[in-house]
Amino acid sequence: MKLTGAEILVRTLIEQGVTDVFGYPGGQAINIYDALYKYSDEIHHYLTAHEQGAAHAADGYSRATGKVGVCIATSGPGATNLVTGIATAMLDSIPMVAITGNVPSSLIGKDSFQEIDITGITLPITKHNYFVHRIEDLADSIREAFQIAKSGRPGPVLIDIPKDVQVATYDYEPQTVVEKIPLPLAKQTQIEEAIALLNAAERPYIYIGGGAAGLGMGEAVKELAERIDAYIGCTFMGLSAINNDCDRFLGMQGMHGHYASSMAQKNADLIFAIGVRFSDRATGNVSKYAKGAKIIQLDPDFAEINKNVRVDVGIIGDVFDSFTRIAKGAIKKDHPEWRKTVAELRADEERFTAEAEASSKAPLTPKKIFDIINADKPSNTVIATDVGQHQMWTAQYVQFDNTRRFVSSGGLGTMGFGLGAAIGAQVATGDCTVLITGDGSFGMNLNELATAVTYKIPVVIVLMNNGVLGMVRQWQTLFFGKRYSNTVLDRKTDFVKLAEAFGAKAYRAFTAEEFKTAFDEALKNTDGPVVIDTAIDEDAFVLPMLPPGGSIDDIIVRK
Amino acid sequence: MEKKNQFVIAVYVDNQFGVLTRVTSMFTRRGFNIDALTVGETESPAYSRITISLSGDGYAREQLINQLRKLYNVKKVEVLEDDCIQRELMLIKVKNSPAYRQEVLSAVDVYRAKVIDYTVDEMSIEITGDPSKIDAFVKLMMFYGIIIEMCRTGIVALERGSNTLLNK
Repeated sequence: MKLTGAEILVRTLIEQGVTDVFGYPGGQAINIYDALYKYSDEIHHYLTAHEQGAAHAADGYSRATGKVGVCIATSGPGATNLVTGIATAMLDSIPMVAITGNVPSSLIGKDSFQEIDITGITLPITKHNYFVHRIEDLADSIREAFQIAKSGRPGPVLIDIPKDVQVATYDYEPQTVVEKIPLPLAKQTQIEEAIALLNAAERPYIYIGGGAAGLGMGEAVKELAERIDAYIGCTFMGLSAINNDCDRFLGMQGMHGHYASSMAQKNADLIFAIGVRFSDRATGNVSKYAKGAKIIQLDPDFAEINKNVRVDVGIIGDVFDSFTRIAKGAIKKDHPEWRKTVAELRADEERFTAEAEASSKAPLTPKKIFDIINADKPSNTVIATDVGQHQMWTAQYVQFDNTRRFVSSGGLGTMGFGLGAAIGAQVATGDCTVLITGDGSFGMNLNELATAVTYKIPVVIVLMNNGVLGMVRQWQTLFFGKRYSNTVLDRKTDFVKLAEAFGAKAYRAFTAEEFKTAFDEALKNTDGPVVIDTAIDEDAFVLPMLPPGGSIDDIIVRK
Repeated sequence: MEKKNQFVIAVYVDNQFGVLTRVTSMFTRRGFNIDALTVGETESPAYSRITISLSGDGYAREQLINQLRKLYNVKKVEVLEDDCIQRELMLIKVKNSPAYRQEVLSAVDVYRAKVIDYTVDEMSIEITGDPSKIDAFVKLMMFYGIIIEMCRTGIVALERGSNTLLNK
């Protein structure tokens, strides 16, 4: 059947199982939007307020489901507005396909109106990208893009389609959904080396990262931990892989990780790392990291083995398969000393948390907010965040009860990510979605409130409002002599009125009681976003903290 | 500290528009410092061959290879054996002064180079060989202080024997 390039694009998206896309039209995408109009009963397009919101929505859609998120923008500024969203997806290995229109081939290279070399710009922030020169290549390029995005270590792929290719006609034959390229299976000799290390360990620590988070390994990991008397910790990206009610789980480790988790990792004699990349935020000073431990690393990406940390056994391939085979060989163990050490670390952690909480005179502390969220959120709630102190408190306090329930920008740390991503996650799952944000981050992309209102997307937005850029302020307090350069916002924004102006419901909470009332009301709302503006202390700290460049020995637990 | 070594990497890439940019952009992003890079056609019209020479320790070499292999248009990456055949071509323009003319012409003869342009005030010389031979020739010309301009292609290299990298 003969179709235009724009129609082939949309038909191929539908063929690849895409039901929702996020984007923004423009001069060089009109044909694509015309095709979306034509096939609108098969594919739903969400118009965002800004292309960056569309990219984050596609990303959130993917994080919450594992499906490939799709965003669309026009050439020039439309395409460049996607850039932060694409980079965010790249750093967290999120499968995404970004589609951009471009000026006709005859105008390429002439600095034409709204022409930009978006494949050049996105070269280092995509897994791969395409400039489609010929309509003959269009459908297959899209299929390849989907395959690359979701295979191996996932990531974003961009396809740039000049206008003449969108307009040209060519035969289109539907094909089946492309399969992931199967990952290699680990060699048995390596599996056996890992088993030997595991069986020799006396203080084993299982370390879960983003590469394991979406695989549904939670139960299997828990079972192994119980059998070999190990504890489980995770990276930021590994959050929600393990349910927090698992008593072997010590939570996130690293710069703002749980005290017990970071210290247990330091004390471990074996770190069984699954889908982690040993980022600087997780390891601290890498030359002092895990000096006393053997390390087993499982990863789908061969380039991650020995990149940041030298490991004893690095196993490339399907991590769930490798894990299962290693777990099978692990013998039952009893490590009473290790249990005692960890129990003491946990007691210390509880004491530090209680001390910090008691020392605060504020009527509403971050911990109180999260206690209420944890108690009242329905099961399977997706928690999205922006970036900053609120994000780290979320990582520390939120109790997750299912995988893919944590949507947050880890690697790139993109302020302004949250609202778009929460919208995408809610559209994808239909589940209760709560966005935890701060007044700094929210201020960056709050225009997407309009999107949530228009499409009646029920995102509960908990705005932890301290009137400052809290994370940078915390560093300024600790390391820059309290010189609060440009971190005191001192804005007069009334977030309740602002939300109402967008057509959203809004509440204000100064106390725990007010917050609970507002949060419970907000959860009942199903036809649009709700903003809860909560007042927290500008000097509340995220603790513990490893100072930048420091190691676990330099951990700060008190203000 | 592991000691730095010079090594040569051959890379087969899709013979397509923009692939060289992908490779060099990755070097920039990951902070790899390349000594020389050449690119050209191969026995197969589908592929181009990039020859990269760089110095670094084992870690740098491993990282470079891993990151190259991750690129979609890269089909094959091999570190060449130390005994591989390496050649480089240089064009060098030197002053044609009576004081050094005989020395330069003797050097051209000894190094099996070729004078390809000869005017009243300059000589242009073509020399081919492995990089150390070229280095030695440059050093000699520097000793005379007569270099006007020079350019080197960077090395191309093949492994010995009948195997090709593509079917290795």
